[in-house]
Amino acid sequence: MAITMTKGQAGLTGNSAIAYAMKQINPDVSPAYPITPSTGIVEEFSSYVADGAVETELITVESEHSAMSACIGASAAGARVMTATSAQGLALMWEMLYVASGMRLPIVLTDVNRALSAPINIHCDHSDTMGARDAGWIQLYSETVQEAYDNLIQAVRIAENKNVLLPAMVCLDGFITSHAIENITLIDDAAVKEFVGEYRPVHSLLDTDNPVTMGAMTLQDSYIEFKRQQSEAMARARDVVIEVGREFGKKFGRAYGLFETYRLDDAEAAIVILNSAAGTTKVAVDELRKQGRKVGLLRPRLFRPFPFAEIAEALKNVKALAVLDRADSMSGFGGPVFNEVRSALYELEKRPRVISRIYGLGGRDYKVKDALAVFDDVLKIAATGKVDTLQKYITL
Amino acid sequence: MGNYIEVRWHGRAQQGVVTAAKVLGEACLRSGKYVQAFPEFGPERMGAPVRAYNRVSDEPIRLHCQVSDPGYVLIADSTLIGTVNVTEGAPDDAVFIVNTHKSSEEMRKELGLAGKKARVFTLDASRISLDTLGRLMPNTPLLGALAKATGFVTLDALMENFKENYSKKFSSKVIEGNVEAMKRGFSEAKGE
Repeated sequence: MAITMTKGQAGLTGNSAIAYAMKQINPDVSPAYPITPSTGIVEEFSSYVADGAVETELITVESEHSAMSACIGASAAGARVMTATSAQGLALMWEMLYVASGMRLPIVLTDVNRALSAPINIHCDHSDTMGARDAGWIQLYSETVQEAYDNLIQAVRIAENKNVLLPAMVCLDGFITSHAIENITLIDDAAVKEFVGEYRPVHSLLDTDNPVTMGAMTLQDSYIEFKRQQSEAMARARDVVIEVGREFGKKFGRAYGLFETYRLDDAEAAIVILNSAAGTTKVAVDELRKQGRKVGLLRPRLFRPFPFAEIAEALKNVKALAVLDRADSMSGFGGPVFNEVRSALYELEKRPRVISRIYGLGGRDYKVKDALAVFDDVLKIAATGKVDTLQKYITL
Repeated sequence: MGNYIEVRWHGRAQQGVVTAAKVLGEACLRSGKYVQAFPEFGPERMGAPVRAYNRVSDEPIRLHCQVSDPGYVLIADSTLIGTVNVTEGAPDDAVFIVNTHKSSEEMRKELGLAGKKARVFTLDASRISLDTLGRLMPNTPLLGALAKATGFVTLDALMENFKENYSKKFSSKVIEGNVEAMKRGFSEAKGE
């Protein structure tokens, strides 16, 4: 697809922006099995392959399980590998996600967030990637088309960093971001190429001069040491995310950190929320600020590894907050983001009150009025210190 | 709640309203605006009612919810009136642009807007598209009509964007036909 820019800006959907970033990154191998709403990524990227715009070997497979298996094989052989999926697709990859991370393969996957069946639904929620949160993959979440594009380029550097060597997934909201045209500033091909650099695998099965064994059986004698190393690598990813986000900012003018805060400095009440709904929440924050209400927002960008100390520090002066999850852990204690945030705050001497709200499952619209209603509850809790309803569903 | 324009497109699958929203978004972006263009997807089948939306602003757009109170409503297929609530959420002073051979007075009545402040424009976009493109594509003339009825996008911006962005995708005959359809949509839209 020809992309025309005006004053450096183009209008692209999230899917087109991801496909374009993949074209600029030019991975060696891309095994894929398209699924709604991420289909557009594979469709457009396959045009780039067919047109000879990239050197990528596109492998069409018969299922997502095979797509991830092929990613693992290619990555173990020493290739730079990327793929994309959604919902049931990620669920079918499940078994292989753990193999990818356990083998320390820096595969980069885009997940266009979509609800899991049943009932069948093609629209946005975060059940798919939240289900994979303990699979040992780095997870970056994206509010806008621009951020999804920027995150994908950074994910390559983060995953391939020698101190990390872990797979990474970039998450963006199905339809809301994947199918919406928004303004985006694209980076020059050469600058992307330079930023991601040439991939030199630390270990490669095809390097017969330096033979290695990958994916071997380990029993009681060593499995736990492997897992400890993997866990430590994941913890190190936090610093690499900061480093890469800073460098990206210096080069391209858009700096990224572990999370974004919005009017949080003097806030008494706050909402913590991922992805596109954070934008809608910011509009609610502005409305309330005009009325003199001290409200703010924290939007986690990096969810795995979870930057618990930094998030606790950022929220320590808030009196009360609501964590909004677009996924439910079904009779766990609140949604997955709530679990993490509330647990992170436990270490503080003086803790804010925290409530859980589940919203927007299966693409249910989350409007400014929904955010305002949550702030209304949180402001009351901030004023009285009393929590009426700790957990509930909203946007019903 | 912020300085932006919201547009809702009504049509049936295959009538090009999703593309129309895309083309409108691109044309506004060319004029230095911040834009959003997005469809509302349901189970897709030919002829099913489809909606698409635009937001246009001088500032970055943070909202990521659906458009619920559009100031501009474009209806590519007047048989949807009565089937789909096309006036839903639209404010009193909304602008309606309808593809129909009927007059704007008749359409105002059909929309239940008689005596109301809303502005209603009509044009026979189906006929224009048959004349200029040889097929039913009411979306392009509707874009021209939108430029006439409003100030936020100009006919020039629409035409230039189309010529520049689609010259690789379409033959020059298709480009010229679409540009002509926009021009005629602009000149033939009548109403108040």
